[in-house]
Amino acid sequence: MKNKYSIFSLARNAVTYHENWREAWRSPEPRKGYDVIVIGGGGHGLATAYYLASEHGIRNVAVLEKNWIGGGNTGRNTTIVRSNYLWDESAHLYEKSLRLWEGLSQKLNYNVMFSQRGVMNLGHTLQDMRDIERRSNANYLNGIDSEVLRPEQIRQIVPIMNTSPHARYPVLGASFQRRGGVARHDAVAWGFARAADREGVDILQNCEVTGILRHNGAVTGVETNRGRIQAKKVGVVVAGHSSVIASMAGLRLPIESHPLQALVSEPLKPILHTVVMSNAVHGYISQSDKGELVIGAGVDSYTGYGQRGSFSVVEGNIGAIVELFPVFSRVRMLRQWGGIVDVCPDACPIIGKTPIRGLYFNCGWGTGGFKATPGSGWVFAHTIARGEPHSLNAAFTLERFSTGALIDEHGAAGVAH
Amino acid sequence: MSRSLRVANGGSIRRTRLLSFSFNGTLYSGFEGDTLASALLANNVRTVHRSFKYHRPRGVVGSGAEEPNSIVQVGSGSKATPNLRATQIELYDGLTARSVSGWPSLRVDLYALNGLLGRLLPAGFYYKTFMRPRFLWSWYEHFIRKAAGLGQAPREADLDHYDKLNIHCDVLIVGGGPTGLMAARAAGRAGARVIMADEQAEMGGSLLSSTASIGGKKPGDWVETVVSELTRMPEVILLPRSTVTGYYDHNFLVINERRTDHLERPDPRLRRERIWRVRASQVVLATGAIERPLVFSNNDKPGVMLASAVSTYLVRYGVLPGRKIVFFTNNDSAYQTVLQLVDAGMEVVAVVDVRSDPQGDLIQQVRSAGVPIFEGHVVVDVRGGTSGLRMVLIARVNKTLDEILSHKGELRCDVLAVSGGWNPVVHLHAQSGGKPVFNEECASFLPGPSVQNERSAGAGNGTFGLADCLREGAEAGRRAAQDAGLTGDGSVDIPKVESHVEGSLHPIWVVPNGLAEGRGGKKFVDLQNDTTVADIRLAAREGYRSVEHLKRYTALGFGTDQGKLGNINGMAILADVLGQAPGKIGTTTFRPNYTPVTFGAIAGREIGSTFFDPTRKTAVHQWHVENGAEFEDVGQWKRPWYYPLPGETMNEAVRRECLATRESLGILDASTLGKIEIRGPDSAEFLNRIYTNSWLTLEIGRCRYGLMLGEDGMVMDDGVTSRIGEDHYLMTTTTGGAAHVLAWMERWLQTEWPHLRVYLTSVTDHWFVTSVAGPNSREILTKLCTDIDFSADAFPFMSVRAGTVAGIPARVYRISFSGELAYEINVSANYGRSLWQAIMTAGQSLNITPYGTEAMHVLRAEKGYIIVGQDTDGSVTPGDLGMDWIVSNGKDCIGKRSLSRQDTRRENRKQLVGLTTVDPTLVLPEGAQLLNEPAKEFPAPMVGHVTSSYFSPSLRHSIALALVKGGRSREGSMVYAQLIDGRVIPATIGQPKFFDPENQRQKV
Amino acid sequence: MLEINCPWCGPRDQIEFSCGGEAHIVRPLEPENLSDDDWADYLFYRKNPEGRHHEQWCHTAGCRKWFNAIRNTVTYQFETVYRIGEDLPEKTSR
Repeated sequence: MKNKYSIFSLARNAVTYHENWREAWRSPEPRKGYDVIVIGGGGHGLATAYYLASEHGIRNVAVLEKNWIGGGNTGRNTTIVRSNYLWDESAHLYEKSLRLWEGLSQKLNYNVMFSQRGVMNLGHTLQDMRDIERRSNANYLNGIDSEVLRPEQIRQIVPIMNTSPHARYPVLGASFQRRGGVARHDAVAWGFARAADREGVDILQNCEVTGILRHNGAVTGVETNRGRIQAKKVGVVVAGHSSVIASMAGLRLPIESHPLQALVSEPLKPILHTVVMSNAVHGYISQSDKGELVIGAGVDSYTGYGQRGSFSVVEGNIGAIVELFPVFSRVRMLRQWGGIVDVCPDACPIIGKTPIRGLYFNCGWGTGGFKATPGSGWVFAHTIARGEPHSLNAAFTLERFSTGALIDEHGAAGVAH
Repeated sequence: MSRSLRVANGGSIRRTRLLSFSFNGTLYSGFEGDTLASALLANNVRTVHRSFKYHRPRGVVGSGAEEPNSIVQVGSGSKATPNLRATQIELYDGLTARSVSGWPSLRVDLYALNGLLGRLLPAGFYYKTFMRPRFLWSWYEHFIRKAAGLGQAPREADLDHYDKLNIHCDVLIVGGGPTGLMAARAAGRAGARVIMADEQAEMGGSLLSSTASIGGKKPGDWVETVVSELTRMPEVILLPRSTVTGYYDHNFLVINERRTDHLERPDPRLRRERIWRVRASQVVLATGAIERPLVFSNNDKPGVMLASAVSTYLVRYGVLPGRKIVFFTNNDSAYQTVLQLVDAGMEVVAVVDVRSDPQGDLIQQVRSAGVPIFEGHVVVDVRGGTSGLRMVLIARVNKTLDEILSHKGELRCDVLAVSGGWNPVVHLHAQSGGKPVFNEECASFLPGPSVQNERSAGAGNGTFGLADCLREGAEAGRRAAQDAGLTGDGSVDIPKVESHVEGSLHPIWVVPNGLAEGRGGKKFVDLQNDTTVADIRLAAREGYRSVEHLKRYTALGFGTDQGKLGNINGMAILADVLGQAPGKIGTTTFRPNYTPVTFGAIAGREIGSTFFDPTRKTAVHQWHVENGAEFEDVGQWKRPWYYPLPGETMNEAVRRECLATRESLGILDASTLGKIEIRGPDSAEFLNRIYTNSWLTLEIGRCRYGLMLGEDGMVMDDGVTSRIGEDHYLMTTTTGGAAHVLAWMERWLQTEWPHLRVYLTSVTDHWFVTSVAGPNSREILTKLCTDIDFSADAFPFMSVRAGTVAGIPARVYRISFSGELAYEINVSANYGRSLWQAIMTAGQSLNITPYGTEAMHVLRAEKGYIIVGQDTDGSVTPGDLGMDWIVSNGKDCIGKRSLSRQDTRRENRKQLVGLTTVDPTLVLPEGAQLLNEPAKEFPAPMVGHVTSSYFSPSLRHSIALALVKGGRSREGSMVYAQLIDGRVIPATIGQPKFFDPENQRQKV
Repeated sequence: MLEINCPWCGPRDQIEFSCGGEAHIVRPLEPENLSDDDWADYLFYRKNPEGRHHEQWCHTAGCRKWFNAIRNTVTYQFETVYRIGEDLPEKTSR
């Protein structure tokens, strides 16, 4: 492979002052038409394009991104990866994703820094513990690694946590998925972009879709700020803007877009070596390789496309973190930001066909999309290529909202990060 | 050996007050009024930090919030504070600080090896390597993590406290420099409620390091005059040490006030920091500007400083950062500092000015002072080490500033003061939603059109002359007050200041060094993250061309200084590489916080066992405590879980409580159940719509069990509702669901059925409720209450009577959650304990036994009564619970339509069943998943899960409730609970009812 | 941090309110006569506009009244608020 990344190519290029690196992806002009257009250049869209090319041999593909790739939720999340979901349907989908994560750096030849340092979900009430037992047992039977920890085991792994029985909501136990962890979010977008580009996919940045072209109930292409582009099939993976694109095609979705905020502290020497999540006390936290504490705040209750939320959400969230980790009280919050999450009534995604032939939607990931990036792309590529969902995403249809076959992850995850 | 760099006099430090402090274990001294940075400089401490990636020695560069290098850890133990900037730490006696990098020491840092390998570590190198072998990544990562990070989080809990304050004001002024002071004066005179916040210890801003007279006064005196006028205005609040860190929607701003960190021994009653949550009618941003460094080879060496910082250290702190100073500039402002030095009798070696023919009043003055000016020259490189600079190398540059014409040798010096122009602090404007616009004249971004009620003034608005700042500040304050609706006279005289003609700035983003690009010493753009010009070029070459990609790929601006020095240079360099105008590519997004804010301050008081979340206790809570109850958190309530006698285990206690209730008499505190008064003529119709069953025929004095669905058809809540009077009902809800149910019903009433005459009131806390259950409950009630006929005929099951129990007015319900004959007594909460006490006394002979939630669960599970939220999970319909009977056919209700959808009609939905284990002593864990046969491979198909499971003391075997696919038709068949710990427990499916299936006992 | 003008109490901080999502979704009078798709449309499908949005708010920590608002979901600016049952303002100004 030309321009393959490795310690050797790094050394070789050092000799020439790194002047000979090729661009990670091209910046081509849009062609007249493509076999498949993927709208949305986030991790999911780029992964879809990559798997369309690499798994299904469909290389005449364009990814249309209205801004810069990876600039939406891909670059705004808290990078947690896990697969310990309650229901079979989600567990299998996220586990597929986790397995793809496990070899992703090598497959893409781009280090996405997937770090399997474990994800701990705390229980603070007896009902929390019942739910943890239920989910962990289900994970075990679904072939997903899971452990249930007692407070003394938690103390061993995270000695700085407040596990006092006198806390307002004492830690009674936790589920622990050792294979879970975090990854470098931007690198996921860039790695998929570079790998897709090499497979022949055109990545078109600053290319905003303004209309969905249809004829006789079938999609024929898209209108963009860079002109009309024809396509036999169009896959839409635009997260918070799903309803906006849907309305261009005359569709409505069972989705609402909400601001979701996150924040980081100043960088610290390593102190927290695993991911800790708590629904009852409501915070989740990990420490990045750079040393920043990466903290997820909550979702604002109102619809918001502004990529910003309310300070009160941040206040509550930091309160929860200080409650769980009193030693972080004097640490300082460096930066906060917001994303736009597309929330489905059952906190599960929609991945499949629409009433319009050739138009496919992949949306509704809510607060849990990052961990699904490779798996989402993998099943969506399959769905677009074959015109039918893979068994892994067969349950995640739009029809479920009519039949009532929801996959309600609310109970299991509260906030399904 | 270090020599003192303190000048003999001058500065606003208090020289009579000598302070001692330590840095990296060495004791030094400074004066009151010093910052840690000025004191370290005074002690000739040059290297204060090692850089992030290459571990190059770094010194103090700036004098305030922009400082990227001098990051230190202050204090120890519970007072340890990581990552403070030495430039913002006010010195106090006994302060201890250490640098956060350098191993084994700051002077000899072995990680500096990274510097030698620098060529192997371009931007994003980690994306290109450490990939194979796969299993080694965690090993690599371990070392990467160790090398990263700055300070250390404390290991002890914080003993300090923090506060919050909510306030409205007419005009919030950000920045107490000349512009802000004039704005405050004008707004204050107009009668506005003004808050003026400044991040420094005192008001004055740039005037604190100015020597120019203002209104005929010394700058310090003028500031004092204005401040004292403002202090006399009752509606003006001056907040020093207070940074406006965030600008949110609808003119909501957050101020972080630091109250005790500067004190030697703060009174422990003082709050360390305070968050002001401000809703401002109008905002004036007088945020000033930050000097821009120049980007040349080895521009990161200790001794290279901002010209403005040199001025601040000299004028404000009486410290001369060097004995021999060279200036390097592209604009006139640095000449002001040169003159300050000259006036103070210091040696200025030379001024190197990139402009070939700089014109301006100040330049003439410097020239006449005899300071050599190298026009059309640049500094191409510097030489020096951990103890400071030795020399700079200069060269002649062409007119377009991109080519070296001839090398001109060296200038010996120990400090190089640089100025690349000024960047207005547009952060808050941008946070408010404004889009900064590139301005060619100052080669930086200025505030764009306002989106919220804010206006920028002064240097933060690109207005740099003092006279103009004063005028603009006054105008901004006056207009802000006017726009806030104030009618007072906000006019102020503009004090006279000396003004001079300035030449124009000549932007230079990268200083050429005569070598091909990327050769020679590294040119740093972001000092904290070690981002170089070569990194930016590499990023662009590799396709990371959006400013956001650039930032993320090179880490430009990601440091704790958030790129206050480097960002504009970096963006301009990217624009240059891409052949675009800097304004075209824009800035990265400015996000809160402007400077970092302590977590503890943001959390405020709402932490700890008392304040994190309110704790709700019943009227009899103290009795439970006194009698040894263990508690369970249910929602915000503390509920007695069980009452162990000395030496008793939980199982033993629960067994005793259950048996006592079944055999004689148990007593439960049931106060936490939600209670909602429903009144009005349409109450029955309302209940009919909310509950699945029919309510039109319920007689006064009778009760009915009701099930509530969400509109999605899933069970949401349940409880008993009674009819107290003609138009008067009392609904009970689950403990955890009470608030939600009330809000939800209110919403239906107000938004969908406003024509229904129904009024809802939460009365949960008004009533104390105790359940007295067991075969002897009638006996004890008869003993305590004489005005109610307790005979089965007069007071049948599922009815309510009013009377007097133990002398207390009460409502008595004959309902049962245990399957026993039982009464629930409701009295005013204030009588709770006296009622409880009276029952306990009266019941002594009947072995009355208080029981907690655990025994309550066992008793109800024996009967197969569900608990919403435990036996249901938001995906369970009434049919799934075997309760189709409760959904009335004759009417609509919320959620009913959802029950006839394809999936909710499905045959093999998970249905509530009872389970008995084959080994009767084994209790299935709650949450156990069930299989039709033990799994041989994974994934294994699960058919259900255990929702409730206990050992039944009455039946002497374990019982469980479970949701099992098609469970109701599988009675008698086996399922297997295969557990995460490897155990497999076989169990038999049966009816979800174990004890007294005919419900005889509760009806006696 | 929004400042919301409760039509009963006047402007108050956002923390006193809860948002109920899209307004003017009328509960069907005869749900049993709807198809599953139509019922799903009422139950789950939303406009979710990027821009002008009619939504319901409740002054939870105040008068506990529900009311309607028109708010821009991008700028977060409120165009107007109006009480339940009041006619939708035809033309409004800030």
